[in-house]
Amino acid sequence: MAALPPYTSTLERVWHYTYLAICGLIFLFLIGPILVIIPLSFNAEPYFTFTHAMLTFDPAGYSLRWYHNILSHPAWIQSIKNSFIIGPAATVLATVLGTLAALGLSRPQMPFRGVIMSILISPMIVPLIISAAGMFFFYSSVDLTQTYMGVILAHTALGIPFVVITVTATLSGFDHSLTRASASLGASPSHTFFKVILPLVTPGVISGALFAFITSFDEVVVVIFLSGVKQRTLPLEMWAGIREQISPTILAVATILVAMSVLLLTVLELLRRRNERLRGIRA
Amino acid sequence: MTTADGKPLKVSLRRALRRQRIWAFLLVAPLLLFILVTFIVPVFNMALRGIENPQVHDIMPQTTSALKAWDGEGLPAEPVYAALVADLQAGYKSKEIGKVATRLNYEKVGMRSVIMSSARHAKRMKDGPYKEAMIHVNRAWGDPATWRLIKRESAPYTFSYLLAALDAHYDDNGDIAMLPQDRRIYVPLFIRTLLMSATVTLFCILLGYPVAYLLANLPLKISNLLMIMVLLPFWTSLLVRTTTWIVLLQSQGVLNDLMVWLHVIDDQGRIQMIFNKTGTLVAMTHILLPFMILPLYSVMKTVPPSYLRAARSLGANPLVAFWRVYVPQTVSGIGAGSLLVFILSIGYYITPALVGGQSGQMISNMIAYHMQESLNWGLAGALGLLLLVIVLVLYSVYNKFIGIDKIKMG
Amino acid sequence: MKHLFKTSAMTFAILGTALGGVGVAHAEQSLTIVSWGGAYSKSQKLAYHDPWTEKTGDKIYMDPKSAQGLAGLRSQVEAGKVTWDLVDMLEGNAITACDEGLVEEIDYDEILAPAPDGTPPSQDFIEGSLSGCFIPQIVYSTVLAYNTTAFPADKQPSKVADLFDLKNFPGKRSLEKIPDGNLEWALVADGVAPDKVYDVLSTQAGVDRAFKKLDTIKDDIVWWDAGAQPPQLLADKEVVMASAYNGRIFNAQVNEDQPFKIMWDGQMFELDGWVVPQGKLTPELKKYLRFATDTQRLADQAKYISYGPARKSSVPLIGKGVNGVDMKEHLPTAKANFFNPIKKDAIWWADHGDEMRQRFNAWLSQ
Repeated sequence: MAALPPYTSTLERVWHYTYLAICGLIFLFLIGPILVIIPLSFNAEPYFTFTHAMLTFDPAGYSLRWYHNILSHPAWIQSIKNSFIIGPAATVLATVLGTLAALGLSRPQMPFRGVIMSILISPMIVPLIISAAGMFFFYSSVDLTQTYMGVILAHTALGIPFVVITVTATLSGFDHSLTRASASLGASPSHTFFKVILPLVTPGVISGALFAFITSFDEVVVVIFLSGVKQRTLPLEMWAGIREQISPTILAVATILVAMSVLLLTVLELLRRRNERLRGIRA
Repeated sequence: MTTADGKPLKVSLRRALRRQRIWAFLLVAPLLLFILVTFIVPVFNMALRGIENPQVHDIMPQTTSALKAWDGEGLPAEPVYAALVADLQAGYKSKEIGKVATRLNYEKVGMRSVIMSSARHAKRMKDGPYKEAMIHVNRAWGDPATWRLIKRESAPYTFSYLLAALDAHYDDNGDIAMLPQDRRIYVPLFIRTLLMSATVTLFCILLGYPVAYLLANLPLKISNLLMIMVLLPFWTSLLVRTTTWIVLLQSQGVLNDLMVWLHVIDDQGRIQMIFNKTGTLVAMTHILLPFMILPLYSVMKTVPPSYLRAARSLGANPLVAFWRVYVPQTVSGIGAGSLLVFILSIGYYITPALVGGQSGQMISNMIAYHMQESLNWGLAGALGLLLLVIVLVLYSVYNKFIGIDKIKMG
Repeated sequence: MKHLFKTSAMTFAILGTALGGVGVAHAEQSLTIVSWGGAYSKSQKLAYHDPWTEKTGDKIYMDPKSAQGLAGLRSQVEAGKVTWDLVDMLEGNAITACDEGLVEEIDYDEILAPAPDGTPPSQDFIEGSLSGCFIPQIVYSTVLAYNTTAFPADKQPSKVADLFDLKNFPGKRSLEKIPDGNLEWALVADGVAPDKVYDVLSTQAGVDRAFKKLDTIKDDIVWWDAGAQPPQLLADKEVVMASAYNGRIFNAQVNEDQPFKIMWDGQMFELDGWVVPQGKLTPELKKYLRFATDTQRLADQAKYISYGPARKSSVPLIGKGVNGVDMKEHLPTAKANFFNPIKKDAIWWADHGDEMRQRFNAWLSQ
């Protein structure tokens, strides 16, 4: 793929470069839209397009006013706080429960594996509007709507499939003879767990946790139905903003969120490399 | 054979196996319980609302039981009217009669007023006979159709909502009939939802396949770098990605500005690319594309390039070789990606709500509408039940042929 | 299934408690008031919430959830746990909520304050607006407005029929994506007198007639579903005419200097106010209600938004708005504006709403 062999015909050459160009366009389709909003969020004017000043790189065309706008609105600040309360809480719950379950699921002796697995993954598959409506009715009946607890539990349920999938995937390459070796060498089960199993599954656990976190941090449908005035999260504030009237402040918030995804993705990539190194796969 | 402590080895092994099974199950149990309670039960409960029908049954118990003996012909006898008055009086006092009024109004327009005004009058009624008095209060009580309606809806479970969700209804005689063509909403909407999901899936295959092929055949160093371009959108908030399409596609947006600037179109001729079906399709394809690329990529990684070279060296035309040798080996990846994209598409709510306008709405939006605006929760439940059935069927297909634990996430 | 549901609910409650019960504590004296958000919430905050907090120290939370007010009330009452103290809603929804026993009945003369001259509330509020549970605050109107620069100066639209006149007033129109209002206007434009609209709509032929009239402009309609959209669409010249809440148009005219004009002909007015959820009529809330609905407070609100007060005694007290505009001229209830008005019939819509919405949605998707 890298270099064309010398016997390639002209037609094939043309096709090859056309193909590369098509791929380039698809990559542009994937990444372009996300990159476009970043400069626009620094627009000095309340427009959603590049002004003349921006295109000529005139510093006057750029400003931080929309970022100031976020900071000067208590509603945005409160929603950011809420997202950072609900997200981590749901992540911890989902990660602990999900990792334990993945350990059980990856044991060869696990009964009803298929059925249980499909139940645990179902929150990812069931349309969100159905989940949200169902939770709204059910959580109302047990006093959990309009509480942090309700939103946290709901987000935990939505994050769990990701933890289960990533951790079981890590464990599927897991060599069970390692635990037997450890046991036969006299290590206690807990010692085996902390010294042998945990280091190997850690990357899977962390990436599962990151997925769970981003799921909660990005979730809006369930929050629409479950949250009260005190639990409004960042996505909910954004959703309300876009529905009413899209303002450049939304673009500033969006840019912050993109920066966060880049950060999380970097952590994930570093983990993946570490994992491959640990397992002796050449990166 | 026996073990050191004298037990037969077979027994001992079986016991050890059982212990391990219990251990494995105990590890899973907390999460299973958690999911069952926080998720599965609520979803079931929601779907159940599509057939539950407690209002008449619970709030008008005397009428319900009095109507059991009525054969549906002509008007019921005096005891039924007496039961009606008693129920209306009790319901008015407990302030629950409004729920019956709302419920019956879904089936027949105007029943809300019939029930509410009758309840207000019944409050002041002392002695019978009630039949004449009630017919005097409201003519509806002299119409057997009203009584047939109440008798039908006094059952604790009903198909009315499901019928409504399929654009059908019970007519005045109690027979099931389709609504006239120009009143049908939900069946066309289900069809539209499925068609749009299929279109999104097709776009994802068309765009995902070349990219996955490129990634799978480049040296790892470069492909890892390009992979970031796939993963970054995957990790970016759905709301952000939807917002960005509004910014790009709206009539005062970046793309239209660019075209005006390039004189492709003039300022008056700006193209409406968003707040319609196009907007929804473009944004959803963008959002779901990584779900197609990742499984395709992982399957293509396992296809040895030598096959294609062998086909070429045996004289196959490159296109034929690709189509006949390479593509069949990636069918499992196409299947996995397509099913996942399709399953996720049919439940989409946020994106169509924000960029769909009128023509880009999907079935989830209608469920949300009945949940939040029309407040017909039974109908929302029935629509949800139908959508859930479709999704679960596809899910079990996915599970059977691909395996749910094989979902690729980077 | 019911049994399973209950068992799960119990397990769930135990689970919730075991996990620490985050967010159960309510320490300070506070009221949660549900409202519409945006400029309307702001006018309430300035006119009554802030003065109340200043006077008593009680904190007031505003939850912008009125659009889902009835849904929230139903589920909260069904669950036996109501977190809202007051809910802002339209008269029609308030009647439904009252019928279903979701909200408290109000003894108006006991709970609300009399007018300064001693007129009891039952005489002071607009006739027919005190329907049992509903505490009206404002009269607002859905009006037809247009961008004056979209038409030649000598040929500006002035009546409902002009909305349907594509020949003399070409261009896109924006209407709200609900049947309410649109059906009434269609009939008025077709020659039905405003006070006969609901009689005609009560017949099958009348509904057909309304939809047939709407058909004539269907291809030129851009539908809106949030109150902020029509002024935006008019400002961007995406449309030349739009239906909108009169307060939003006022805001665009006065605060943003937009060249908009309201044609008051055929304005659809309705009442908006408060309901008290079941079990929430506490002595503290009564005190707040008495304060927030008194003559002065309702007059003050008109300073911040151009909606008419629901009390007759408030009208003379309305003065200049915050930016020096004479608010009286901009209220839907002002004499000059009260021209061919249609009063939205809340009872009719409660009966026919579901059928009309079904038919409207089907019509839209054709």
